[in-house]
Amino acid sequence: MSAPAALDVRHLPAGAFGSRSLMWWATMGVVLIEGTVFGLAIAAYFYLGMRAPAWPPDSVAAPDLRWGTINTAILIASLLPNELTRRAAERVDLGRVRWWLCASVLFGLAFNAVRALEFTALNVSWDRDSYGSIVWLLLGLHTTHIVTDFLDTAVLTALTFTGPIEEHRFVDVEENAVYWYFVVLAWLPIYGVIYWVPRLT
Amino acid sequence: MQSVLRPAGPQASSIHGLWLLMLWTSAVVFVVVVGGVLLALARGTRRGAGETPTTPDSSLHRGIVISTVATTVVLIALLTASVWAGRGVASQRAEAAVSIAVTGHQWWWEFEYEDALPSRRVLTANELHLPTGRPVVVKVTSRDVIHSFWVPNLQGKRDLIPGMTTAIWLQAAQTGRFRGQCAEFCGLQHAHMAFDVVVEPEGQFEHWLDQQRAPAASPADGLASRGLEIFTTQRCGRCHTIRGTDAAGQAAPDLTHMASRLSLAAGTLPNSAPHRRAFVSDPQATKPGTQMPSNPFTDQDLAALTAYLDTLQ
Amino acid sequence: MTIGHVVDGDWQELERSWADPSGWRRLTSSIDHKTIGRRYLITAFAFFLLGGVLAAVMRLQLARPGHPLVGPDLYNQIFTTHGTTMMFLFAVPVMQGLGIYFVPLMVGARSIAFPRLVAYSYWMFLFGGVFLYVSFLLNAGPDVGWFSYPPLAESLYSPSKRADVWAQLITFTEVASLAVAVSLITTAFKLRTPGMTLNRIPVFVWSQVVTSFMVIFAMPAVMLASTALILDRLVHTHFFDVEQAGDALLWQHLFWFFGHPEVYIIFIPGSGLVSTIVTTFSQRRMVGYLAVVLSLVSTAFMGFGLWVHHMFATGLPQLGESFFTAASMMIAIPTGIQIFCWIATMWSGRIRVQTPMLWILGFFGIFIAGGLTGVMLAAVPLNTQLHDTFFVVAHFHYVLIGGAVFPLFGAFYYWYPKIAGRPLGERLGRWVFGLLFTGFNLTFFPMHVLGLHGMPRRVYTYLPELGWGPLNVVASVGALLMAAGVVLFLVDVLALGSRATADAGANPWSAGTLEWATASPPPPGNFLHPPTAGGREPLWDNTPAQPVVTGLRTDIREVLVTHVLDAEPDHRQRFPDPSAWPLLTALATTALFVGSIFTPWAVVWGAIPVFVTLVGWFWPKSAGDAGTQPWPIRSRTLPRPGEAPAAGGVL
Repeated sequence: MSAPAALDVRHLPAGAFGSRSLMWWATMGVVLIEGTVFGLAIAAYFYLGMRAPAWPPDSVAAPDLRWGTINTAILIASLLPNELTRRAAERVDLGRVRWWLCASVLFGLAFNAVRALEFTALNVSWDRDSYGSIVWLLLGLHTTHIVTDFLDTAVLTALTFTGPIEEHRFVDVEENAVYWYFVVLAWLPIYGVIYWVPRLT
Repeated sequence: MQSVLRPAGPQASSIHGLWLLMLWTSAVVFVVVVGGVLLALARGTRRGAGETPTTPDSSLHRGIVISTVATTVVLIALLTASVWAGRGVASQRAEAAVSIAVTGHQWWWEFEYEDALPSRRVLTANELHLPTGRPVVVKVTSRDVIHSFWVPNLQGKRDLIPGMTTAIWLQAAQTGRFRGQCAEFCGLQHAHMAFDVVVEPEGQFEHWLDQQRAPAASPADGLASRGLEIFTTQRCGRCHTIRGTDAAGQAAPDLTHMASRLSLAAGTLPNSAPHRRAFVSDPQATKPGTQMPSNPFTDQDLAALTAYLDTLQ
Repeated sequence: MTIGHVVDGDWQELERSWADPSGWRRLTSSIDHKTIGRRYLITAFAFFLLGGVLAAVMRLQLARPGHPLVGPDLYNQIFTTHGTTMMFLFAVPVMQGLGIYFVPLMVGARSIAFPRLVAYSYWMFLFGGVFLYVSFLLNAGPDVGWFSYPPLAESLYSPSKRADVWAQLITFTEVASLAVAVSLITTAFKLRTPGMTLNRIPVFVWSQVVTSFMVIFAMPAVMLASTALILDRLVHTHFFDVEQAGDALLWQHLFWFFGHPEVYIIFIPGSGLVSTIVTTFSQRRMVGYLAVVLSLVSTAFMGFGLWVHHMFATGLPQLGESFFTAASMMIAIPTGIQIFCWIATMWSGRIRVQTPMLWILGFFGIFIAGGLTGVMLAAVPLNTQLHDTFFVVAHFHYVLIGGAVFPLFGAFYYWYPKIAGRPLGERLGRWVFGLLFTGFNLTFFPMHVLGLHGMPRRVYTYLPELGWGPLNVVASVGALLMAAGVVLFLVDVLALGSRATADAGANPWSAGTLEWATASPPPPGNFLHPPTAGGREPLWDNTPAQPVVTGLRTDIREVLVTHVLDAEPDHRQRFPDPSAWPLLTALATTALFVGSIFTPWAVVWGAIPVFVTLVGWFWPKSAGDAGTQPWPIRSRTLPRPGEAPAAGGVL
């Protein structure tokens, strides 16, 4: 019996960026999962608001805008070094990757610090009523994401300095940047819900 | 006396009609589809190895399409029947309704017959009386966890949810005794949280209401008086109310006319003297986990107490 | 890509690269999808047995009125643990376990995507289950039902740690399931062998993909709810607490938004198994393949629109209820389409009624009955009578045991020769089927009647005068028969199966899908030269000229990644070597989860070991061991998205 025909793949590259990479699929999976969590938490906010006689209950004032808005600005601004990191990773340019990752880490420090200030400036405590609980939950859920994203990025940054570096690490850097986008963009509706919805009702 | 299949009122009858329709439709569908499976099996096994199948794919596809269309038609018919029955159930409302506020507790039922005049309200527990032929609106809520009010012979169930009150209508068409039971898991004694429903002619119903309105009679003989004394010194009144005495507790069933009821401990025991005696001295034996503590009475004290309870007709 | 002739490759080198480490390191460090898949199946089955023992106690208890064997406190723990076990520790993991084992094989891949993540998920599943049962043995088992409604589940009415154990078990199992879902989707979309276009993907793989998407969108709801419950109980938030503007119904909406898709997460893989077995035992390709796949997808979508039918007794507005009735009935249409396609396939096939097919016939009888009672329950007026009665218990056991467990047993008899390399005898398998089919119907059919006669659920005993005794005895006898069937199954597998010496061969059933294209059991690395797909049933459709994939390295772990739509080869991906980091990370995560039901600070302190283990997991080993060139190689670049590979570059 003759041997079967061969589809030889040895000349294919050993990696790929973007949606061709497996890491992108993992990142997208996390984005869908966490996006669903945020969506449901926001839905719970509105559900509780609908069911309560007044929202916020006991005519509590809306949260002070200052730290939340400043942090929103920092988060959006962090998209710049983030995007530049992503592009440098796609070009497999280690020098630029290191530089822009460091910049991202600094932004990450900044928005985590300001987030702590946001918590102290919140208008209610989590144990006062369901309004306090859902606001703290929303802010807390998002904070978990900015903390872990910051840590991910910090570890990656360290790795780019210590090595060992292989090409597929650049895919990791690129996908980390995609996740960073998600964390910043997911903040925008949450910001709107926490800081602006009480002002509009 | 606790069955979906013996409707005793218009709502339960409506539902029963829907049940029969769905039962027979399902039986036919089951026979047809499983019959199809068996036929296919017969055809497929008869075909030997090497024989090519003779049914062209196009006629198979046609069969699938026809079956799907038939399924859709049947489902739409059932959906229509369901909405129809639902509107039938919901339509039984009226102005001159008996209005009862039901509050669920772990593990007993608080019933209050409402009235515009506060003095005519009747507060009782664990037993409902209803007049035949008159609509009844039951407004349900809970004092603690979620319970569910269910008298299958009369109507579907409605959950008792703390923080909200919803209304459900029922009506009894025939006299008799029925049973309702809590149908939402509510903790340790969920299994023993039932209530009796007595359906009687209008005149008897009004008479019952009058009886229930009256405060408890003062005990006539010495033993019963001693019993009331024990009731007071044991501080049973911290949880129970007996109108006409100082006992005004809200945490447990109102006992003013407890001896007139059909059953004890939310439908758990028949309401006879020996059962009253057994329950009062050791409620934990019948309903482990119930809120009422066991009481180590002496025999004489127990006899006096139960003699007093016997007077609470 | 050149198409020439195969030069005989090196199986030994492939096996060396892909083999599990030996000895105890296999336990701690294996990331082989077949090893993990087997562990999932065995562990899930062990939980099935535990859940079954709990059910047996319940049936013994309810066999007669009054005089209960166990008091209400223990009974409440038993029924809660039974339901929780079956739903979270058996039904979903066993289906995911089959996916982990078979999806890579069916798509012609050497591995599952993200193998370390899958290994981590197994440990999380195991540790969660152990946590639940240790708590149960310490009299701290959850006791407020598998659905754990507040306010009963709040600390005021459930002061002990029991409800927290339940809520955190959810977190364990949901993390595990979500991880597997992401891996399965990626495997099915990116690791398919060339030629396996979307319309050639086996129905079982489609069922796993659809299920995995459902997991991704449904499980966050229950995780959010259970987290909120723990917060209410531990740090006094007020999500469900009506005194402070919380809402008991919020729980029900969140839970059932997960809970309804959950049953389809269990049933849809079951229906994928039915498609697989019907196809093989009819010896013809599925009639209406596109209809079946679209039915799976539409069932998944519609499954998210039904959840309120679990809340019809709460007194919601009638118009809203009608919508959910309509949706709950209409979802029968895609399921019906699948049934009609199966019938059509059998009708025009050449059927052999061997043991796997017998289980599928049992599935038809039982599942169809369950589906019909489901349509009954979708009707609001009828639902208000039957909700929370034994009628519902009957319904869901008919659809879950009929729709998932029977196909599972069938799949077990079907795939055992592939997994173990040895056949299982036909005779005992038929006895197991007979006992389970008869026992099942004896147990659960009477429960329809009991519900109609007014017997509510979750009662530890009942009064004799209600007349429920005789039917309960019948149900309990049926349960004994089911137990006998399960014991016989264990005998068949453990005692007899392991003694069989005959070699099963690669394809004992003459099936068409790619898992049968390799040895039984599959060797490490699965395929030296993965076959490409010339049709939907490659082993039936491939001509001798159909090429096999060559050129993948065998000295290191390398997997071919293809394009999503047409499975054209795209790039080669280095896969990781065995590692103990998934186990270590799971241990650290377990400490965090268990600690955090006692104190919120556990989240902070527990995060540190989790962070450390994750860094260990992702930190690369020394340069050069990956087999690719170490840095710096500024002269070589990966192609940018859309670019062709660099000319002459061997990376």
